[in-house]
Amino acid sequence: MNPFSSGTRLRDMIRAIRACKTAAEERAVVRKECASIRAAVSDNDNDYRHRNLAKLMFIHMLGYPTHFGQMECLKLIAAPGFPEKRIGYLGLMLLLDERQEVLMLVTNSLKQDLNHTNQYIVGLALCALGNISSAEMARDLAPEVERLLQFRDPNVRKKAALCSIRIIKKVPDLAENFVNPVASLLKEKHHGVLLTAIQLCADLCIVSEEALEYFRKKCTEGIVKVLKDAVNSPYAPEYDISGISDPFLQIRLLRILRILGHGDADASDFMNDVLAQVATKTESNKNAGNAILYECVETIMSIEDSGGLRVLAINILGRFLSNRDNNIRYVALNMLMKAISIDGQAVQRHRATILECVKDSDASIRKRALELVYLLVNENNVKPLTKELIDYLVVSDQDFKGDLTAKICSIVEKLSPEKIWYIDQMLKVLCEAGNYVKDEVWHALIVVITNSSNLHGYTVRSLYRAIQTSCDQEAVVRVAVWCIGEYGDLLVNNVGMLDIEEPITVTESDAIDVIEAAIKQHTSDLTTRAMCLMALLKLSSRFPSSSQRIKDIVNQSKGSLLLELQQRSIEFDSIIGKHQNLRSALVERMPVLDEASYSGRRGGSGVSTSGINNIPNGVVKIVDAPLVDLLDLGVDEPTHPHPHPHPPPPNSSSGANFLHDLLGVGADISSSSPQSGGRNTMHGHKSGTDVLLDLLSSGSPPAPAPAPAPATQKSSSTSDLLSLTQLNNNNNNNNNNNNNNNNKASPSPFSALDTLSSSLPTPGASPMMDLLDGFGPNPTTPPPPTPKEEENGRTYPPIVAFESGALSLTFNLSKQPGSPQITLIEAKFTNKSSQLYTDFVFQAAVPKFLQLHLEPASSNTLPGNASGSITQKLRVTNNQHGKKSVVMRIRISYKLNNKDMLEEGQISNFPRDL
Amino acid sequence: MIHFVLLISRQGKVRLTKWYSPYTQKERSKVIRELSGMILTRGPKLCNFVEWRGFKVVYKRYASLYFCMCINQEDNELEVLEIIHHYVEILDRYFGSVCELDLIFNFHKAYYILDEVLIAGELQESSKKTVARLVAAQDSLVEAAKEEANSISNIIAQATK
Repeated sequence: MNPFSSGTRLRDMIRAIRACKTAAEERAVVRKECASIRAAVSDNDNDYRHRNLAKLMFIHMLGYPTHFGQMECLKLIAAPGFPEKRIGYLGLMLLLDERQEVLMLVTNSLKQDLNHTNQYIVGLALCALGNISSAEMARDLAPEVERLLQFRDPNVRKKAALCSIRIIKKVPDLAENFVNPVASLLKEKHHGVLLTAIQLCADLCIVSEEALEYFRKKCTEGIVKVLKDAVNSPYAPEYDISGISDPFLQIRLLRILRILGHGDADASDFMNDVLAQVATKTESNKNAGNAILYECVETIMSIEDSGGLRVLAINILGRFLSNRDNNIRYVALNMLMKAISIDGQAVQRHRATILECVKDSDASIRKRALELVYLLVNENNVKPLTKELIDYLVVSDQDFKGDLTAKICSIVEKLSPEKIWYIDQMLKVLCEAGNYVKDEVWHALIVVITNSSNLHGYTVRSLYRAIQTSCDQEAVVRVAVWCIGEYGDLLVNNVGMLDIEEPITVTESDAIDVIEAAIKQHTSDLTTRAMCLMALLKLSSRFPSSSQRIKDIVNQSKGSLLLELQQRSIEFDSIIGKHQNLRSALVERMPVLDEASYSGRRGGSGVSTSGINNIPNGVVKIVDAPLVDLLDLGVDEPTHPHPHPHPPPPNSSSGANFLHDLLGVGADISSSSPQSGGRNTMHGHKSGTDVLLDLLSSGSPPAPAPAPAPATQKSSSTSDLLSLTQLNNNNNNNNNNNNNNNNKASPSPFSALDTLSSSLPTPGASPMMDLLDGFGPNPTTPPPPTPKEEENGRTYPPIVAFESGALSLTFNLSKQPGSPQITLIEAKFTNKSSQLYTDFVFQAAVPKFLQLHLEPASSNTLPGNASGSITQKLRVTNNQHGKKSVVMRIRISYKLNNKDMLEEGQISNFPRDL
Repeated sequence: MIHFVLLISRQGKVRLTKWYSPYTQKERSKVIRELSGMILTRGPKLCNFVEWRGFKVVYKRYASLYFCMCINQEDNELEVLEIIHHYVEILDRYFGSVCELDLIFNFHKAYYILDEVLIAGELQESSKKTVARLVAAQDSLVEAAKEEANSISNIIAQATK
């Protein structure tokens, strides 16, 4: 033979590859072989083409690229002889898939081979077409396949039937062509043909409703008879599998009966007898018999109701469930899932066994059983079932804990009969598998805790105990830290003891120890540490005597490399150290979190419109749906003066929810009840960094309303919607500059928090810092600018813009000549009460179409008895002059006898043509 | 429907792959990696089914080889076990007590037999005898062609002597 051809035989190549000791050696051998095959390909070598392709297939199986061999397959298929075609088709199926365009080139060869006189060649072509045909090929070759369904040799007919399945799956509109030929195949005796014809029939029913109707009418009777014969057939060695005659055929017959009987009472009726026969006569000691029974049960469950059969089916499942064979138990669990919707009671009877399966050593069975248990839980059995599951959680595999905790949490949340039980169960889960718990779960737990005020003491004590033993579970630590911060006083004073509790003694320093341990634990992540800092701040107010120790702990985070922690610790340190008067109000107990809106938010509604809708608290006002009010401002008709003025709400277009919170809670500033203004802040924040803000914002209702200006302006779309500018009675020369700086420099909503860092004398800090600084000793008061009337413009009669108790605000309006859209306003504040107002700050906000510029105020103290006044100039530019009138929302904060006061309102009584 | 058939040795070497649903080369090797990781680590007494990407993989170990078939959620797992056994018995009959080496050196034969058992992911023939007969008939066609070629080359060789 050709001495230059690639020498090695297939066998030798396989040997050489197997002899390789390292992957590198193997690669070298394969590379050499591939090189010689490529050479043969480019030489168009005919003699060894089939051998080379065989080698390529082996190489392909090892995972090496073999695309260069694809054309060789086509050449072999085009060759006349059977051996070449055989290996060619094998290579085609192995090296190509239906998505390669090369495949289209083979359509013609396939067509010729489908018409070949040699039935084995026809068989090869059918097999290839059935395995890798694309939609185009299916369409092109469907007529040939259809014709072959009537071929003289049954072995070709069966191949054609399976090939048709591929065709109708690829091109469902071809289905009708196959209906009639299949109906005649169903009458055959040859098992192979029958088997494949039934399968094709089932697939036709799935893709075509008409086919289903046709077979239901014409073939149900015949199929039932075939099944009867198969069940009662005498021993046939050719088809016998462990004493059962052709289980494959029986299974397919049962499957097609299921399709025909589903939703059709007559057809179902027709098959009752034979199904009962299969269910009772089939031996269940071997896998083959069980496979038939399994299929039979499924058919019984799916066809129209027949009470007797269902009982039979459920009994079979019961038997399966108690089988020692894991496979049988697995399929039993699988089938019970389907049975539960049909006969829940019957499935409930097997609850104990199913629960045992949850604890099985086999992951597949555990998973099935857990899904089933989840479906079985109801109000009546939730307690015992949950107990079982939690007990099992303790000993379960690590990799199963995730699934298990998710299911337990879901069950507990869904069906808990009372809050204390819910809290208890959740604590158990958190202690066992806190690291597997999703954030929403512990967020929800905190919401529930805040809502059960009678259990606050109990919960915080339970958590204190829990954290002693389970400090390695992050979720426990977080919840415990939060609760200790919030309810630390209840922990120390044993408030609200329940009868079932054992008394414990916890000192203030014990409580702080817990948090100190948590913040120092190396496994704690940013969120946990941030929560710890927050809790420490709260405790500094709850435990005034330990405040120095807390300050020390907080100080340790000042050097943290995490910016968030560093900044927060510096801020908190200064709050603890320098602002005692502010602190207790700042960290008052959190308002109750709203469960409904929390669950609503969990449900996926990102934007909250619920607003602050709690208790009218006398001093301030009811605030509802601030978002809507904001929009009110923008409408053409100026709204009537609102009876209950709202705080200027920040727009929350892009995740400004926090702001919302911040401001919303700020509105409760002078509320006497800590419960008021319950705003839900537990919305699932994605990044851990949000948490602090979140907790702070809602945890400190009486914060002196830090203005949300920087954050609102952080995106361009929001910036003009509400250009809120605040005035400051001191340091206000910097105001505008700062504002700009800050807007650029702080894309984070935390900029609002910067206000709290009043000890930071950074010049570029946010304007609100100035605002807050007003609370510290502040010596500098710039000289009041001399108010000067603009004489040369148009003037209006002064309006009383705002009046609340003793405080009144009048506006003197004027226009500059030549610029009608600009209005100059001189605001004048007077105080008719006998008290002195200090730290007086005026802020104003306008809708999008207006631009507002505030000048510094004349002073920040307002003497009583109307003996003096503060004046401040505003410049409003109306971009829609003549179409819309000026409206404005204002907020005034001041101190009365060192107590923070806040007034808010909306001014809509401007003259119309401003 | 069977989406693919895999034969994996206990060492994780692939001995046969047959794909009835379209998977790209990349996906194929990923599937094989994932499944061999899952299946080879399972203990001997556990059930023969693993749930994987919304499908079920039915596997059975024969000596050093794992036979795996991937099916839909609603398919009959027990039947697929029987199909695997059916295929193994046919292989056994064909090779005469088959071993892994037979399948390595005659991998193409294993494919030919599989093509007589399954097409388009569905069972084609429930009689082992029929499958054996069909494979044998095709093998003899190949043999006959070989002999013919040999005899022709002999004639040519003799004629040119």
